[in-house]
Amino acid sequence: MTTDVLERPDVGDEVEQVFVTLTVADQLCGVPVLGVRDILGEQSITRIPLAPPEIAGSLNLRGRIVTAIDLRRRLNLPPPPEGHKRMSVVAEQGGELYALLVDQVSEVMSLKASTFERNPPTLASSWAAFSTGIYRLDGRLLVVLDVARLLDLSKEA
Amino acid sequence: MDDLLTDFLTETNESLAELDVALITLERTPDDADTLSLIFRLVHTIKGTCGFLGLPRLEHVAHAAENVLGKLRDHTLSVNPAIVSQVLAALDRIKMIVAALGVSGAEPAGDDSPLIAALNAMAAGEAAAPAPEPVAPPAAVVEPPPPVAAAPPPVAVAPPPPPVEAPPPPPTIAREPAPMEDAAGPAAAPQQAAGQTIRVTVDVLEDLMTLVSELVLTRNQLLQLARGQDDSGFTVPLQRLSHITSELQEGVMKTRMQPIGNAWNKLPRLVRDLSQELHKKIELTMLGAETELDRQVLELIKDPLTHMVRNSGDHGLEAPADRRAAGKSETGRITLNAFHEGGHIILEISDDGRGLPVERIKAKAIANNLATEAELATMSDAQIQRFIFRAGFSTAAQVSAVSGRGVGMDVVKTNIEKIGGTIDLKSIPGQGTTFTIKIPLTLAIVSALIVEAGGERFAIPQLSVVELVRAQREGEQANGSESVIERINDTPVLRLRDRLLPLVSLNSLLSLGGEVRDERGAYIVVTQVGASLLGIIVDKVFDTEEIVVKPVAPILRHVTMFSGNTILGDGSVIMILDPNGIARGTGVAAGGDSKTAKSAMTDFARSSEKTAMLLFRAGGDQKMAVPLGLVARLEDVPRDKIEISCGNPVMQYRGKLMPLVPLSGVVDTERPRQPLLVFADKEHAMGLMVDEIVDVVEDRLEIELAGARPGLLGTAVIAGQAIDVLDTMYWLTQASQDWFQDARQEAQQRRSSLLIVEDSDFFRQLLGPTLGAAGFEVRTVAGAEDALRLRDAGAMFDAIVSDIEMPGMDGLEFARTVRSGGPWASLPMIALTAHTEPQQVEAGRDAGFTDYVTKFNRDSLVSSLRECLAEPVAA
Repeated sequence: MTTDVLERPDVGDEVEQVFVTLTVADQLCGVPVLGVRDILGEQSITRIPLAPPEIAGSLNLRGRIVTAIDLRRRLNLPPPPEGHKRMSVVAEQGGELYALLVDQVSEVMSLKASTFERNPPTLASSWAAFSTGIYRLDGRLLVVLDVARLLDLSKEA
Repeated sequence: MDDLLTDFLTETNESLAELDVALITLERTPDDADTLSLIFRLVHTIKGTCGFLGLPRLEHVAHAAENVLGKLRDHTLSVNPAIVSQVLAALDRIKMIVAALGVSGAEPAGDDSPLIAALNAMAAGEAAAPAPEPVAPPAAVVEPPPPVAAAPPPVAVAPPPPPVEAPPPPPTIAREPAPMEDAAGPAAAPQQAAGQTIRVTVDVLEDLMTLVSELVLTRNQLLQLARGQDDSGFTVPLQRLSHITSELQEGVMKTRMQPIGNAWNKLPRLVRDLSQELHKKIELTMLGAETELDRQVLELIKDPLTHMVRNSGDHGLEAPADRRAAGKSETGRITLNAFHEGGHIILEISDDGRGLPVERIKAKAIANNLATEAELATMSDAQIQRFIFRAGFSTAAQVSAVSGRGVGMDVVKTNIEKIGGTIDLKSIPGQGTTFTIKIPLTLAIVSALIVEAGGERFAIPQLSVVELVRAQREGEQANGSESVIERINDTPVLRLRDRLLPLVSLNSLLSLGGEVRDERGAYIVVTQVGASLLGIIVDKVFDTEEIVVKPVAPILRHVTMFSGNTILGDGSVIMILDPNGIARGTGVAAGGDSKTAKSAMTDFARSSEKTAMLLFRAGGDQKMAVPLGLVARLEDVPRDKIEISCGNPVMQYRGKLMPLVPLSGVVDTERPRQPLLVFADKEHAMGLMVDEIVDVVEDRLEIELAGARPGLLGTAVIAGQAIDVLDTMYWLTQASQDWFQDARQEAQQRRSSLLIVEDSDFFRQLLGPTLGAAGFEVRTVAGAEDALRLRDAGAMFDAIVSDIEMPGMDGLEFARTVRSGGPWASLPMIALTAHTEPQQVEAGRDAGFTDYVTKFNRDSLVSSLRECLAEPVAA
């Protein structure tokens, strides 16, 4: 991908978006880089009793309390293997910080709009609800996650 | 200089700066009521404060300006440049006096009567012809008076007739005015006031606080690292760093906290002056002055407190003669009390005066168009008394210098709500009034006890902890002095000094699921909640720690067990328990316990929410109940108002004939008055004749025995008694039509879940319980949009009952949307409507509804539902 961009640096009509890529249960996903406040390694997370199951707990990010949301549980996926160190992507919603717990955060990619497609209609509803579309990469597909909807637990509580 | 005066100067300079801006805004947008009331309040505050500081000159000018503004606010005058200029002139005069005050500590000599006369003339409506103001004699400012014309610094008053935007004072020397203004105007006062304090926004402090917390954490990590290596060169500097960090942390904390006494120290003098001015004897008692309060909160409650104490003295307390006549001591008492309670700071301002005059408030509310007489008639005294919090409300007949312009309580409420607090009042005629201000702890620092249960740590605010008891877990033999947790049918209790203390296990309460420790002991944290004690069983007790309470994320607000969360010294996040929430969760505060005999079949109260129930009697001693939300009004009508039409009793009610139905079956013609429960929904209304209205209680509505006889939903345990619950739908159909047939079906099926989409509160309340009693599990929403949101959230039901006419997306549209795809596409959908014309029914079927049922017809609905659910329908 990146070499592609370098070869044709001034193609004006190609709108590009930059994403932080991450994996959850072996699926490559991306969130728009502008919405990401921080990337964290393994953190100690305090469990919150009686909270909805998607909420993994809260953690301390330089003096601010951040609510951690387990992306696997949010997407109805099985829990990660025992002892797996997870990373988090911190995003802001309504003045509050939230950390999305993912399996792995990888590189930042710049993707062209021409490789973007809407969700296939057959996509499972647990994914379709939180995805805004798919990017076709070389050999892999990247699901664009809708962070706002992922964090919007309040209406379902 | 006097502290009070310094404070006043700082405050007034700020207000004046704000006023300048606001007035200019007002000139541009004369209809802006908000700006106008802001200006009015600011001027009012200046007037009020200087009255007590003994600054007559300032007070008179401010009072005159306020008069004009008052007229503007009442729309007796309309805003025009002439008025604004005049008010600006008054402000300039105030500025000048304030500047001189800052220099010499006393008001300068001078004559304001021309200015005041002009203002008064304006207030009286002679706005068009402002008496050309003779240039006021320069009111002895410190500067040596230069040529007269230039003297009063910023002059909008001076130039004769149309006083529109005066050009800077005439010829003289062109440069003169500016430096003048600089020296005598705003600059002088800040110089004075700035010497002692700097005002810093709380944001800056907040940021500092966060940074310091980070610093502390980093320091702790460093210390940890250094501990491993002796004699490293780091030891000494690190110790210094540690020391400085601690001091810095303390310092920053200190900047935020102040004892509430700081806000009170103006009050004794205020009360003294007040008592002289009003010729009353007043004693001020202040309790809990050491209660620490966040600085920002303190700032914001200062003014409201002043207002309220002034009000208590002015309106609340009677004159000595009246007090003697009422059998009270001549000296009236105003008490201020501050304390922490359950995560809040409570401030009580009470007086032992005459109480709030309900009748006067009513009259005033009607006069000010705040409520109609009919509305007032249905309100309780407490509700009526709350009118004093409305804008533009004041019961003082006279506008005095002290209070009585109706800004007071309005300002108080606005300021308190700004910091997320609440204000309430309790007033007993002849005995006095108590205002209770509740301010959330959000910003305050508290000391908390750290405990552990199920492997997790929690903080319990120290203030609610009464004592700690170590006890043996049940089943083990007590060894010596230790107490043992005993159980009554699974409910743990503890004998504590000859009393039984109810216990709750934190582990099970929070579903922590951790193994109950094998250790033999447990700790019991005895907490005080209101008047009752509750013991919380925990596994371990650690230390106490000072914590800064931070609110929990919005998505966790519904978990009422926690009042907030915080970061401990070691950097970990910890939840703060709210003993009040725990008590509510366990029913300690609620008292009666009706949930023991819960029957699963008819338990349709999905949550433990309480419903207000109206208790009444009809045809016998047995009490009956109906959800209060269903009753539109309660009436007590004279017998002769009830007429007979076609053999049925009716009554003229609000311009219409309203059918009446005797609940007991017979119309009792003996009684002089007839109590009625009026049910109404849009065009329908009916009155249910009962013998006596007994009470309103709040309890969980759980129908235990369904459908015992027509007209009753069943029997529920309410407030510890078995009470019949009225089937409102039955009685409604009795009144309007005869389509009701007594063909009740048993509720024996598996409980199917229903989604009811209905915009009318009335029907939602009606359908929920009715269908619940018929054996369905019911979820109600107020609109199609809400329903679709549920769908998107993954909720699933067995069938959907929807209204057709709804605001926003209507029922037909809703049906089409549901049918178009998604998990609900094949659910049976029943339309509920008042219209049953064939083409309507057709339209409904086209949109995708499975069946069509008229509102009110409960049995059709139930049988239709049964049919639909028996054979799943394909879309």
